[in-house]
Amino acid sequence: MKIRVTERQASDMKNYDIVIIGGGPAGLAAAVSAKKSGIDSILILERDKELGGILNQCIHNGFGLHTFKEELTGPEYAQRFIDQAKELDIEYRLNTMVMDISHEKVVTAMNREEGLFEIQAKAVILAMGCRERSRGALNIPGYRPAGIYSAGTAQRLVNMEGLMPGREVVILGSGDIGLIMARRMTFEGAKVKVVAELMPYSGGLKRNIVQCLDDYGIPLKLSHTVVDIKGKERLEGVTLAEVDQNGKPIPGTEEEYSCDTLLLSVGLIPENELSRGMGVEMSRVTSGPVVNESLETNIEGVFACGNVLHVHDLVDFVSEEAAAAGKNAAAYVRGERSAEGGREIRLSPVDGVRYTVPVSINTARMDEELTVRFRVGAVFKNCYVSAYFDDERVIHRKRQIVAPGEMEEIRLTKDQLLKYPDLKTITVKIEEA
Amino acid sequence: MYDVIIIGVGVSGAASARELSRYKASVCVLEKEEDVCCGTSKANSAIVHAGYDAVPGSLMAKLNVKGNEMMEQLAKDLDFPFKRIGSLVICLNEEDMPALEELYERGVKNGVRGLQIVSGEEVRAMEPNITDQVYAALYAPTAGIVCPFNLNIALAENACENGVEFKFDTEVQSIVKIDGGYELETSRGKFQAKYVVNAAGVYADKFHNMVSEKKIHITPRRGDYCLLDKTAGDHVSRTIFSLPTKYGKGVLVTPTVHGNLLVGPTAIDIENKEGTNTTREGLDEVITKAGQNVKDLPMRQVITSFAGLRAHEDGSEFIIGEVEDAEGFIDCAGIESPGLTSCPAIGEMVAGILKEKMNLEEKENFIATRKGILDPDTLTKEERAELIKKEPAYGNIICRCESITEGEIIDAIRRPLGAKSLDGVKRRTRAGMGRCQSGFCSPRTMEILARELGVSMSDITKSGGKSRLVVGTNKDRI
Amino acid sequence: MEIRNLTCISCPMGCQITVEMDGNEVVSVTGNTCKRGDVYARKEVTNPTRIVTSTVRVIGGKADMVSVKTKEDIPKGKIFDCVKSLKGVEVEAPVHIGDVIVPDAAGTGVDIVATKNVERA
Repeated sequence: MKIRVTERQASDMKNYDIVIIGGGPAGLAAAVSAKKSGIDSILILERDKELGGILNQCIHNGFGLHTFKEELTGPEYAQRFIDQAKELDIEYRLNTMVMDISHEKVVTAMNREEGLFEIQAKAVILAMGCRERSRGALNIPGYRPAGIYSAGTAQRLVNMEGLMPGREVVILGSGDIGLIMARRMTFEGAKVKVVAELMPYSGGLKRNIVQCLDDYGIPLKLSHTVVDIKGKERLEGVTLAEVDQNGKPIPGTEEEYSCDTLLLSVGLIPENELSRGMGVEMSRVTSGPVVNESLETNIEGVFACGNVLHVHDLVDFVSEEAAAAGKNAAAYVRGERSAEGGREIRLSPVDGVRYTVPVSINTARMDEELTVRFRVGAVFKNCYVSAYFDDERVIHRKRQIVAPGEMEEIRLTKDQLLKYPDLKTITVKIEEA
Repeated sequence: MYDVIIIGVGVSGAASARELSRYKASVCVLEKEEDVCCGTSKANSAIVHAGYDAVPGSLMAKLNVKGNEMMEQLAKDLDFPFKRIGSLVICLNEEDMPALEELYERGVKNGVRGLQIVSGEEVRAMEPNITDQVYAALYAPTAGIVCPFNLNIALAENACENGVEFKFDTEVQSIVKIDGGYELETSRGKFQAKYVVNAAGVYADKFHNMVSEKKIHITPRRGDYCLLDKTAGDHVSRTIFSLPTKYGKGVLVTPTVHGNLLVGPTAIDIENKEGTNTTREGLDEVITKAGQNVKDLPMRQVITSFAGLRAHEDGSEFIIGEVEDAEGFIDCAGIESPGLTSCPAIGEMVAGILKEKMNLEEKENFIATRKGILDPDTLTKEERAELIKKEPAYGNIICRCESITEGEIIDAIRRPLGAKSLDGVKRRTRAGMGRCQSGFCSPRTMEILARELGVSMSDITKSGGKSRLVVGTNKDRI
Repeated sequence: MEIRNLTCISCPMGCQITVEMDGNEVVSVTGNTCKRGDVYARKEVTNPTRIVTSTVRVIGGKADMVSVKTKEDIPKGKIFDCVKSLKGVEVEAPVHIGDVIVPDAAGTGVDIVATKNVERA
C-alpha cells in the first residue's frame, strides 16, 4: 500500500520491544518464546478476528505429535498456544491489518477502532504465513465460472461458515490441503470424483492419501492435470489429461468429468509483500526471506519464522522454528547478540537439495545446537543426506526415501563447527547409495 | 412507451445513455446480464488508442481520435482512472519500415498529434526491456490506458443519476415495428419505445437483422490475455504494440492503470457469442508473441488469464446511425477496437442523431460529474485516520492483496447501479483482483454482500444468473 | 485365504504391503521395508480405526460453527454413522474444547467432543 506520509509525529507513536506480524502458530510461538526469554513489551498484530491463524480452519487431527506428544486438531493445537500467550499476558490486536513496515521498523497498522496507527518496534518478527497459489498462476485454460476455489477457501467456507461450495468435486493437486478437503467434502455429503496431480508423485503425506482418499475410494491420478474448464456461469465440468515428463498434456488422453466444483491445492506461496516493502532480501527458491542462524533477515532486528520464511508441512516445526526466532529477537532487544569473535559460514545447497534455512551461520551468535531445514527437488530412494564441511564429509545419514513433500533437517552443534576453525562453507547434498 | 430504449450497457450503450441523459427524454437501458460491463467492455486491452490504425476517413478513425481527445476530461468529470502513457509500435527489421511509415502517415492523416518515428536506440533508452532486435518504432505520446470497468460503470452511474432507467437480467428476445416505434419482447416482459439504440456488442447483428432486410454479420473474435502481478507492472512504461496485421494489432504488452502488466490478445474468430473461454493454444500464443517485442517477461508472475470477444463486423468498420430500412432504429454495431477509446465520441454521436431526429431539448439540471468510490490510498495519513474515525468500515481491510476496505465494498454495493455479485464488487473496487485472486477475501465479500443486500450467503453469485457460489449447508444432503 | 493390499502410512516410502489372512488371523505380512510397516498392517487389517472430525452449528456464538472430533479412535466402518449422528445437531454458545456434543456416537461408546472454544457473541 502507498500511504502519503506527512510529518511523522514521534510523540504519537507507540513503542514496543518486539512487534510480531501475524497471530498464527508462528506468531504465537514466537511471542511465547520471546516473553519467556524476558521481554515484556510484545505486541502481536493479527488481521483475522481471532488468534490461531489458518489452524482454526484445519479441523482435522494430526497436529502436535512432536510438540505435545499427542494428536490434536488444528483449533486445539492453536488453543494451547493461545492459552500460553494469554497466561503470559502477551498483548495482541485482532482485526488489525499491517499496511507497511519501514526499514526503521515503524509498523503502520489499521483497524476499525484505532484507525491508522504507527508503532516503533525495536525488533520485528515476520510471521505472516502463506497464501495459496491460484488458478491464474497455473494458467489453466477454459471458462471462469463460479465453483472454482482454492482448497483453503473451500475449507474456510465448509469449516468456519458451514457452507457447501458444491456437490460434485474434482480436486487438482494432491497437497495435504487438497487431500484433507477430499475427505471433508465427502463427510459433508459431496461426491469427490477424482484428485489429479501434475507430478508423478504426491506432495501430500502418505497417511493423508490413505486416510483421505483410499478410505473413501477416491482415485488419485498422478501425472494428470486440468486442461479445460467448462460452464459459463457455474462450473459444469473439467477435462483432465495425462502429462508427459515436462508436464505438458499428452493429446488423446483427455477425460471429461462432470462436476460443479474444482478445488485447487497447487502450492503455497509465502506472503512477503510487507517484507519486500521494507527491503528484506528474498530467496528466489523459497519466496521467503534470506536468513542467518538467528532467523534474522538482512535487516538487523527483523526476524522471520513459519510459512512466511518457507512453507512447512508440520505445524510442530513451525512452532519450533518460531520459538527460536522469538528467543533470538529477545536476545537482540537485550543487546546480547554479538557476532564478535565469530566466523561467518555459508550453507550451500547442491545435488538435489533446493535450499537451506538458514543460509549462513555466525559461530558466535549460534546456539549450542542449530537445526538446518531444507527441501529436496525430487524423490530419492536409498540415498544419503550429507553435509560437507568445506571438502570433508562430516554428516552422512542413510535415508530410505526423501521427497519434495517432506521437509528435511540436519542438526549442527557449535562444538562441531568450532573444531573446524577455517570452515567457510557447509555443503548440503543428497548422495546416491 | 419510452422515448428511447438502449439495448446493452457496455461502454457504447452506457456512453449513449449518458449523453442522452443531457436531454429531456425518457430513456431505458435493457441489459441481459446482471450488471454493467459484462461483455466486450470488461475483457479487452484497456487501451486508449492514439488513432493511427484506422483507415483515414473512416468512422473508426474519426471517433478514435475524437474519443482519445475527450477521454481526459471525461476521466476528470466522472472520476475513473486514465493515464496518458504513450505507445510504441515496434518494428523489428528494416524491411518492415515501409509498414511503420505507412502507420505514421495514416496517423498524421487521421489527425493524431505528436507522432514520431524513433530509432531502435531511442526505443531502448525509453524502454530498457524492449528486445535488442528493435529497429525502430512509432511513438504515439497521446495513447493511454484506462480502467474499462470504471469507465463503463461511471458512464452508467452518471446516466442513472440523470434519470436513465436500467433493467438488468433483461434479455431482448424479439423486436417488432409498431406504430410510432418498436416493441421489444424480453425475458422480463414487453417494452415499447419510439427509438431503439442497438448497442448489443457481439449480438448487435441479431437485433439489427430483426428489423432490417440489409443484413449485417458480426463475428466474435476472441482475444486471450494474461494479467501479471504488480511486481511486473513496471516492466514497460508504455503500451508496446507489434506492427498490425489484418487480424488486429497483434499481441501487446502494457502496464494497466492499477499497476499490473497485461499481455495479449490473440485474435481467433469463433462462432459462439458466449465463447469467452481461454484455450491452451491461445495462452501459449500470447506468451510466445509477447516475448517477441519485450524481453525477460516474467510470465511466472501471471495471476490470471481471461478472454474477451470483439464484435467484428464483416466490413471492419463501426456501424453507427439509423438503419436505412428501419426508421427510428439506431445501430451502434461492429464496435471492436478502438471501441473503448471511441466510446465518448460514440455516445456523443448516437445522442446527436437522436437529438436531431427527436428535437430534444437540453435539461437545465444535468449533472455532469460523478464521484467514484473513494480510494483511501489517495488520502494522507491524517485524512485517512479521520475517515476511519467517521466510518470505521474504512479501517477494515477485506482484500489484502489490493488493500480494499469494507468501506469501499459497502460503497460499491450501495451506490446507484450498485454491485450485486462478487464480480460486481471486484470490477468496482478491485477486491479479489490481486495476486491471490480472491482466495482470501471472497468469503468475506460474500458476507458483506449478503448483509447489505439482505439475502443469504447461498443467494450470492459470482456474476449473476446461475453462478451461485455456495450450493447449500453442511450435511444437508446426507 | 484372503489377500489384502495396503499402502503403509508410517513414512513417505509408502510401501505396498500384502497381508495374507486366514479368517481374522494374519498369516503373513510382506512388502514392508521396516518393522513399523508390519505393525501398521496387522492393525489395519484386524482392527482399522480412525478419528472422525467434523463441525456442528453454534447458536449465539462468536462463530457460526464449532469443530468437533470423536474423542478416541472409532472403528473405520462406523465413520459415516458418526458423521450422520451430527446431522442437524446445534449447540448453544458458549462451547469449550472437550465439551461433549454427542455422547456415545453411533453406538461406538466414544463421545464426540468440541475441539474449539466458541464464546457467546
